[in-house]
Amino acid sequence: MLFSDLTQEIYFSLSSNKSRSFLTILGIVIGIGSVIAMVSIGQGAAKNIETNIQSLGTNLLVVTPGSQKSGVGTMVRGGMGSATTLKNDDAEAITAQIVSIDAVAPTVSSRKQVKTTKGTNSNISIYGVNAAYQTVKNVEIESGNFITEEQSKKNAKVAVLGSGARDDLFGEGSDPVGEKIRIENLEFNIIGVAKSKGGTGFGSADDLIYIPIITAQRYLTGSSSLSNINIQVSQENLMDSVQEQIKTLLLVRHGITDADSADFTIVNQADILSAMSSVSDTLTLLLAAIAGISLLVGGIGIMNMMLTTVTERTREIGLRKSLGAKNGDINIQFLAESVALTFIGGIIGILLGWLVSWLITKIGGTATNVTSSSVALAFGVSAAIGIVFGYYPARRASKLNPIEALRYE
Amino acid sequence: MIRCEKITKIYQTGDTGLVVLKEVSFEIKKGEFVAIIGPSGSGKSTLMHILGALDRPTSGNYFLNDRNMLELSDDELAEIRSQKIGFVFQSFNLLSRTTVLRNVVLPLIYDRNTPKNERQLKAEASLQSSGLEKDRWHHLSNQLSGGQMQRVAIARALVNSPDLILADEPTGNLDSKTGDVVLETFKRLNREKGHTIVLITHEKYVAEHADRIIEIKDGMISADRKRFSLLKDK
Ligand SMILES: Nc1ncnc2c1ncn2[C@@H]1O[C@H](COP(=O)(O)OP(=O)(O)OP(=O)(O)O)[C@@H](O)[C@H]1O
Ligand SMILES: [Mg+2]
Repeated sequence: MLFSDLTQEIYFSLSSNKSRSFLTILGIVIGIGSVIAMVSIGQGAAKNIETNIQSLGTNLLVVTPGSQKSGVGTMVRGGMGSATTLKNDDAEAITAQIVSIDAVAPTVSSRKQVKTTKGTNSNISIYGVNAAYQTVKNVEIESGNFITEEQSKKNAKVAVLGSGARDDLFGEGSDPVGEKIRIENLEFNIIGVAKSKGGTGFGSADDLIYIPIITAQRYLTGSSSLSNINIQVSQENLMDSVQEQIKTLLLVRHGITDADSADFTIVNQADILSAMSSVSDTLTLLLAAIAGISLLVGGIGIMNMMLTTVTERTREIGLRKSLGAKNGDINIQFLAESVALTFIGGIIGILLGWLVSWLITKIGGTATNVTSSSVALAFGVSAAIGIVFGYYPARRASKLNPIEALRYE
Repeated sequence: MIRCEKITKIYQTGDTGLVVLKEVSFEIKKGEFVAIIGPSGSGKSTLMHILGALDRPTSGNYFLNDRNMLELSDDELAEIRSQKIGFVFQSFNLLSRTTVLRNVVLPLIYDRNTPKNERQLKAEASLQSSGLEKDRWHHLSNQLSGGQMQRVAIARALVNSPDLILADEPTGNLDSKTGDVVLETFKRLNREKGHTIVLITHEKYVAEHADRIIEIKDGMISADRKRFSLLKDK
């Protein structure tokens, strides 16, 4: 049998059994497509969490006002606590009395109406910060400068825009350094724009405006309360002891004897990290399980399709052999047919999986990440199932003599 | 051309064996036109399958062109089926959902000796001589009547002009006029091109077209004679 005959036979065979071919391909498409889409969501979430964690800064302790019970959740939501138990004095005491810390960055935050001179209007989170904030939270500057020590001590009316806030107010990619904005009818000079921290989802670190903390307290919040205090510890292995020291210090300062009724919470970066990665691990596991099930279902579909046609195919094999086909002719035809089916289905499945994860990102706003290993896994498993179950019965049938094959039931 | 020595075929069904052919021995020479007749279930088709190298006897020897067929491998048998034998099945065995022409071309794709560009012409010529109307040639095989399927099966057996044509009830579904066309084709192939033809039939009338008639009963040859009219001629 010539190669051109082989391709022609496959074409005739697949096109004259359209529903059979279609269902087999469908099984493969669903198997591969769903695995790729599922895994891409898991991988996307994991990657997202990773960038969020990196944007936090290094060796970070965060003190937030409010009771212990709200725990990590308070931090994750941004810590705009309703409690007002943390004061400027607390931050100063920490700076003065605790050793082994590199920097202390107290912040206040609140959402305010922001206007540009052109009249653009938006509701944006305003962060009152000091100069140390930049190092503590890894803020990188795209243009201009961050708030300086001097500016944060005086109540200078200067502002640094997060890249998201800049996009909102002045348009994507523009450089508004030198322009003015109005926050609650106070005019601020824009002195810098921060680089995007990447990461989407909860508490995007780009949609905000930094101003000096004293300015924020005097004009915007009107009190000396803090939203949180970020502390950068000098060495990772000192994190726990520094955390203890700060706790003791603040308990004494607030006159609390029972540690359980503390009116503040200290969150260790390691806690956040492990909380986040356990969430992402669970998510990945869950999606992998769903993907595994869809691969199994797809596989059984393929298998079923291939096996239900065994009777018919066995007769066909008997007929072809009686007309002079050698076993090799039969094997190669049926193998090539299975390969063709799995490849057509595989390619459509990969495209579909890709499309689905693209749509999830586009419409759902969830980050997805199609990895080559998930493509390879999905494709490999379906191809193996398709080829084994397409080829194996044919191989068995080709060993029967033509009459036995023709009578097969 | 064909030599059978004590061919026995036993079908194993459960514990009991069903003896279908009992030590059948006979010879058919090249260029003969032989009819095999016998009652239903007497083992005619079984014998034919063995002659066509489609099935193996339980015991005995079968020589085709002096080669012992029982010693050949699967692929060697396939080669012989492809080159030497044209088989018309009693139940046609056409490839379903496939056009008539495609069915007739099928044996040629397994035949290295037929160039690709000649296949179509050969298939058309063969269909022509089987008497199937031209407007049916592009129909799917499962959309045909029994008689039409039979003619496709005959065309497929003849397409490679094999030395040995084995036809199991080739006129069973045909009216006498169409049947005669088919029989004339066989006769012509036999007379003009020297093909050896073995056909199975129930009807005396059909058997009378052959030069020799072998009668089978209960798996044994009960009579083997020249055509009645030939006998009379002598
Ligand atoms: N695969 C098989 N397994 C068991 N028994 C079989 C098998 N094939 C045929 N037989 C039996 O062998 C006997 C002969 O069958 P065969 O088909 O050769 O008959 P036949 O002479 O061609 O009959 P008909 O004229 O009806 O076509 C029958 O009794 C049948 O039941
Ligand atoms: Mg029969």
